[in-house]
This record gives sequence, structure tokens and C-alpha cells, in this order.
Amino acid sequence: MARRLPKKDVVIIGLGWTGSIMAQELTDEGLDVIAIERGPWRDTPTDFPPSYMQDELRYRVRHELFLRPDQLTFTFRNKMDQTALPIRSWGAFMPPNGVGGGGVHWNAEMWRFLPSDFVLKSHLTERYGKSFMPEDMTIQDWGITFDDIEPFYDRFEHLCGTSGTAGNLKGQIQEGGNPFEGPRSRPYPTPAQPQPFSQTLFAKAARELGYKPFPQPSGNLSTAYTNPLGLRMGPCTYCGFCEWFGCGNYSKASPQTTILPVLVRKSNFTAQDNSEVVRINVDRSGKHATGVTFVDSSGEEWEQQADLVILSAYTMFNVQLLLHSKIGQPYDPIANSGVIGRNYTHQTTSTVNGFFNNKKFNFNPFIASGSIGMCIDEFNGDNFDHGPHGFVGGAYMGQVQTGARPIESTLTPPGTPKWGASWKSAVRDNYLSTVKPGTGVHGSFYAYRDNYLDLDPEYKDRLGRPLMRITMDLHENEVKQNRFMTDKFAEIIKAMGADQLAKHYRTAPYDNTEYQTTHLNGGAIMGTDPKTSAINRYLQNWDVSNLFVLGASAFPQNAGYNPTLTVGALAYWAADAIRNRYLKNPGPLVDA
Amino acid sequence: MHKTSRPGLSRRSILLSTATLFIAGATGARARTIAGSLPWEPNAGNPLTPVKLGPWEFFTGDEGRAMEALADRIIPPDPQTPGGKDAGCAVFVDRQLAGPYGRQDGLYIRPPFKAGAKNQGHQMEAGPGQQYRQGLAALDRACKSKYAGKPFAELSDSEKDIVLNGIESGDFQLEGTDGKSFFEQAIRDVQMGFFADPIYGGNRDMVAWKMIGFPGARYNYLDWVNRHNERFPLPPVGMTGRAEWTPQTR
Repeated sequence: MARRLPKKDVVIIGLGWTGSIMAQELTDEGLDVIAIERGPWRDTPTDFPPSYMQDELRYRVRHELFLRPDQLTFTFRNKMDQTALPIRSWGAFMPPNGVGGGGVHWNAEMWRFLPSDFVLKSHLTERYGKSFMPEDMTIQDWGITFDDIEPFYDRFEHLCGTSGTAGNLKGQIQEGGNPFEGPRSRPYPTPAQPQPFSQTLFAKAARELGYKPFPQPSGNLSTAYTNPLGLRMGPCTYCGFCEWFGCGNYSKASPQTTILPVLVRKSNFTAQDNSEVVRINVDRSGKHATGVTFVDSSGEEWEQQADLVILSAYTMFNVQLLLHSKIGQPYDPIANSGVIGRNYTHQTTSTVNGFFNNKKFNFNPFIASGSIGMCIDEFNGDNFDHGPHGFVGGAYMGQVQTGARPIESTLTPPGTPKWGASWKSAVRDNYLSTVKPGTGVHGSFYAYRDNYLDLDPEYKDRLGRPLMRITMDLHENEVKQNRFMTDKFAEIIKAMGADQLAKHYRTAPYDNTEYQTTHLNGGAIMGTDPKTSAINRYLQNWDVSNLFVLGASAFPQNAGYNPTLTVGALAYWAADAIRNRYLKNPGPLVDA
Repeated sequence: MHKTSRPGLSRRSILLSTATLFIAGATGARARTIAGSLPWEPNAGNPLTPVKLGPWEFFTGDEGRAMEALADRIIPPDPQTPGGKDAGCAVFVDRQLAGPYGRQDGLYIRPPFKAGAKNQGHQMEAGPGQQYRQGLAALDRACKSKYAGKPFAELSDSEKDIVLNGIESGDFQLEGTDGKSFFEQAIRDVQMGFFADPIYGGNRDMVAWKMIGFPGARYNYLDWVNRHNERFPLPPVGMTGRAEWTPQTR
């Protein structure tokens, strides 16, 4: 029997980006808040010191900062008629764990979605007609517009000190920025980061091909910055250990650098670490959450009651916890009914590596930040006419190389043996003159009826609960999209002066062993209809009105951008609705 | 001061959990309640202890000899740069197999174990330790039967390459083990040891980083981000400093 802790106003499940934002907002409102985090507390001086953080083996290859599959994993299959098998070690994505969540070891690429992304279904239907989309594609509108979310994009950008060049200021197109972005109310808080050689060369080649390249918006800062909470960040030093690593320099936006030092000092905030919430408890009506049950590191069960429950774990754990708590109807792809597990998506990424003459080109590719890069957006979303191409969706593409850590970045030109003397000399000759743009093509991933999440019938976790099962494949639309994008990208790398190209298209079947991104989305999506969405436009659960579900699990489908800025903006949007509407009159904010 | 009451957490259990961390790594941490201030504790991030040279920790003598010979064919010595053996790659693999990686710590190893599609990932109960044990033994057995009783390490370089090319192409089968995937694994691990920080036993004196021009665990390139197409002049540093600052006894 769980021991019961004194009741709080708010319990927050997961202290990553969205949990930290919500805790900061609701403690400002005077509420008594507890955040329960599955992983350990982590902080810059104790856990990410520059004296040993630059360790590719430990943090990249062995996944030190991530969740361990023995604590929790998923099963995976491509198709409904296959048997799903457990993900025994991580591959296609890397689930975060611990205070700060993915905000600790992300690259901090700060992209806004396009205005058309939020009204995707109506936009595409209007422009191309319903029959242009595949029949089993289940894209939806979000229930909000770009104009709704813009002030909250702005807030999150300023919390993080984001470095970038505006492309559209209140409707005026700005030279040097992304001309396709939606109108922004203010410029970026700090100027764009300076760009190393290969990124600069990419921009030049793109410009000569008629594109409008711009610096990738970055949460690794170009200058010192004091954020609205009074926290001070330092300029990035381009150490090249950002993705997979914590920043030892207070230069990367994370909950640790932008929120937690203020939040933890508040008398109405408490955190509980190394404690996993296993259930959201609801009363007999099924309409009201009473709090959560969690298990501490000794296996002891505790019950934390609260008036308001904020589910702010990673996409997958949000969906899993809803399924385990029996909140919302589980999605059934055959009947096309239910909502929990619906519209599960990822990101359609690929890359092209360029091998250059080492007598002419020395890129010093180890000089980089996690979100360094020059990009183009001509082929994203619906920025171009899809009519002749027979697919929908798009991608940004760019030279976004985040460093050249040598285990992963010692590439050899196509045709080189995998070992031996010629491998060794090829590695020596190419390391400094290879362009290796991480996810150089960063494409949308739209939703389909047979890509979904449910509970596995066979495999269990350490606590005896069913693992969540992933059924996921790449569909023809995304494969076509990626082929088009990768070819366009290769033209630019070629124009930079590469002697040899290695194109890596994303192809079916979806491969769970190859890292793609950790941008998993959907499964508890927002929308306007409780029959096809789990939460309303304020991220409030349709069934249990004192439960809000934050994070990319809310995305009805994924756009061709990194998700975190939108995830953070949605958290501020939901916090605003709670502070200004819900607390005044608790109950559903939208009538079902 | 941060409060350390409930659930079931005293200051003493936090101290105990710090000691546990050294043994169990990040997964062994204990739950705590944090309020009032940031919880700072010495060594919370668990800094590494450098690999010490000395006897094999995982391999037997025969396995160690085979592994060193394998490392030297995967990365052959040349006049500028030592090969895999002298770079410490076999020591790297040995220490990795003796540690959490070899034991599959943190991985999901619950039954049932079923064969699946390649894109569903590794599904066998056997971990890397067992794969190396079986693979190296099978390699020596196969070489002995083909080359008049000589194990892999005693073959000439060209004989070794004939064997390895055969394993890679699938023409030369190892008995009782998947030779092709074992060799792929060995290539991956040896090259990993070559390029990892020397603290792990490979990349001795940062020979691999010097070979490619990687300046190592440096922290600040602010002065260099705008200097384009210019060779970075400084030698590499590792987590324990520069090779000449920290002479290793071996």
C-alpha cells in the first residue's frame, strides 16, 4: 500500500523543459508545486564539468546521460502483422532521463514551425485537394494558429537567449534571415553565431544556386546574455561537444541554465528525483485526477495527491503513463477509434557527406556548436508547389555539422575498405576536409493510420508493467519527399566543391537500429475533436480536466523542424491558459 | 540548506548513495527530496579513473594475443603512426569487455529472446563478452586447421589478411559463430579504441588524434571560429592532459 504524502496544489511529472517552465509559471502564481523526476538531479558544475565532459565514448557511444533500457524500454515492429521485439539497446532515438531531460544534451536548434504547419490539413486540402494526400494519411489541424502561439515562441526564445537573424519582422522580410518564417514580434535576443568555414562555404554555394541561406537559430549563445529570470549565460566556445553532452560553460539553453537556479530557491517548490511516477490516479467518476503514485529508488510506493496534475515527461512516457493509468480511450487502428497512441510520428532525416581535396580545403570540423549551421528553407512545409512532385511535406537543409568527434566523424570516401592500411590512410587524408552535416536534411513526418503506440502483449518492464509497443514504418510519401530533398541538398554540397559525395537517403522499412533524431511526436495529440485528439487546444485532457499533457506528444504530426521551440512555446501557452482561465474557474476550458 | 526528509531519505542515505555511485554508475542513485537550494555534492558526475596497464582483465593469454594481432591488421602500423596493438586498442577492448559494456549493464536483457528482423536490433541473450570469447576461439581454431596448427597471431601478415578478407566476404567460415558479424564488431571496437580518449587504454599518446589532426578535449575555439581554411596549430589534449605532461609507465 502506497504511503501518502501531504497534498500539494500541483504535481508535475518529469522535470525537463516543459516541467520546469510549468513549475516556474505556477509557483509564480503562488501555488505549492512538487515535481517528480524519474532520473537524477543534474547540474553544470557537478555533472558537466569541462574537465571530463568532452568524452565521446562515455556520453555519445555509451549513452551516459540517457535512460537505460533496463529501467524502461519499448517494443518495436514495422507492421501490424509482425511480432514486436524489445529495443534492448537504443538506436533510432535516445530517450532522456533526469532533471533537465533532453534539454541537457540537445543541440539547442531553435526553430519555429511555419504558419501553415498549424493548419496543415485544411491548408493542403485547400491548395491541392483532398485526393492529393494518401488515403491512410491522418494529418490534422492543431486547433491553434501561428498567431496564437507567436507570443509564446517569443517568450521561450528570450528565456533561452536565442542567437539568430530575424527573417520576418512584423511582416517585413529581413535580409540575411529566413524569409519563409512567420512574422515575429521582436528580433532574436542575441545576434547569430559566427560560422566556421564549411558552413560559410555552404551558404555561398546555396546563394549562388539562387537560395536564401541563413544561420540556424541557436540556443548556444553568440554573446553573454541575462535572461528575464535574471540568469546569466556565457558565450559558446565552439568546443564541438554539445549534442549528447551537457554544457560546462553555461552557454547552452537548458532548464539548468535558464530556470532551475531560480525555481529551486522558491519556498513553494519541491523536487523529488530518482522517483518514477507509475500511475496518475483518478477518482470514481474518471473525470478528476487525485494525484499520482510513484516508486522511489528503493522500490517503495508513495502517493502524492494534488489538485492539478501536469504530465510533462518525454513523448513516449506521456503516452505510456496515460495507457497505464487508463486515461482516455486507447487508439485502435482497425476500428480507427480511440485517441491514446494515435498519430505517432518521427522525423524524416537524411544526409549527404562531401569529400573535398585536402590540399585546398581544411575545415577544422571540430570547431562547432550544437546548433551551428547555415540552412535554407525553400523546400520546407508548403514553401514550394508540391503539385508536380507527388508528395506533401518538406525539410530544411543545411550544413549543420555539430563537431567532428573522431569515433563518429572519421569517414572515408565511398569504396574505401572498412579496415587495413588503405582505410587508415583514407581516414588520415579525409578527416579535416570532409563535410558531415549531421541531419543535413531535416524533413517532416506526417501521420498514418497504422503508425501508432499501444501496450505490448508480451514484454514487461522491471516493475511488471507491459512495455509500450511501437508500430512504425516509413510510408511512400516520406520516402519520395526524402529522395527529392536529399538530391537538392547534394547539389549544394557538390557546388561547394566536393570531389565525392556519399548520399544517404532515408528508405523504408523504418530502421530502429540507426539513430535518426529523438524527435518522437504524437500519441496524445491536441485538436478540436475529442474523438480524434487526447487533449484540447490548451493541452488539457478532454476526459480529466485537471490533467494537462505537455510536450511533443501533443503534435498531430511533425513538421520539418526540430520540435523543442514549439514544445516550449506550447508549455507557455498552456501555462497562460491555466493561470488566466483555468485557476479562475477549474473545469474544461473547451466544451467537448 | 536543502531538506532531505521523506520519502525515506536521510543525509546518511545520500552519503551512502554517493559511495554506491562509484560502483553502480548513474543507475544506482537514490531518490531524494530537493528544496531551497541546488544540491551540490562532490563527484556527483562520477569522474573516470584512467585505465591502468597490466595483465588482461577479460582476455586469456591466447585471446589477448589473437586480439592484438587482429588490432594490428585492422589498423596496421606505418612509419608515421603505430598500429592498433601499440596504440593500445586490444587493451581498450579488454577493459571495455571487463566493464559495464561487456556485462551489458543497463540494457534490456529480459526473455523471451526471439529472432527478429535486422532493423529490430540485437535480440540475443549473449552479450559482447561471450561474442568475443566465442569469436576469438573460433578464429584460432579455423587458422590452426588451415595453417598447420598455427593460431591467428602466428600467421604472416599476408596470411592474416587472407583470413580476414575471407571472413569479411563470407568465404571463410568460423565454426560455431557468425564470423562476419564478429569481425564487424571487432573492427568497430578496435577503431573506437583508436579514436577514444586515451584514458580508456587505446589511442596511446593520442597517436590517432595526431594522425588525423583532431586537437582533442579542447574547450575553447572562440579565436578560431572565424579563421577559415587555416590549419589549427596546437597538439591534442586528452582528459588527463597532453601526452608529454603525463608520461605513462608501461
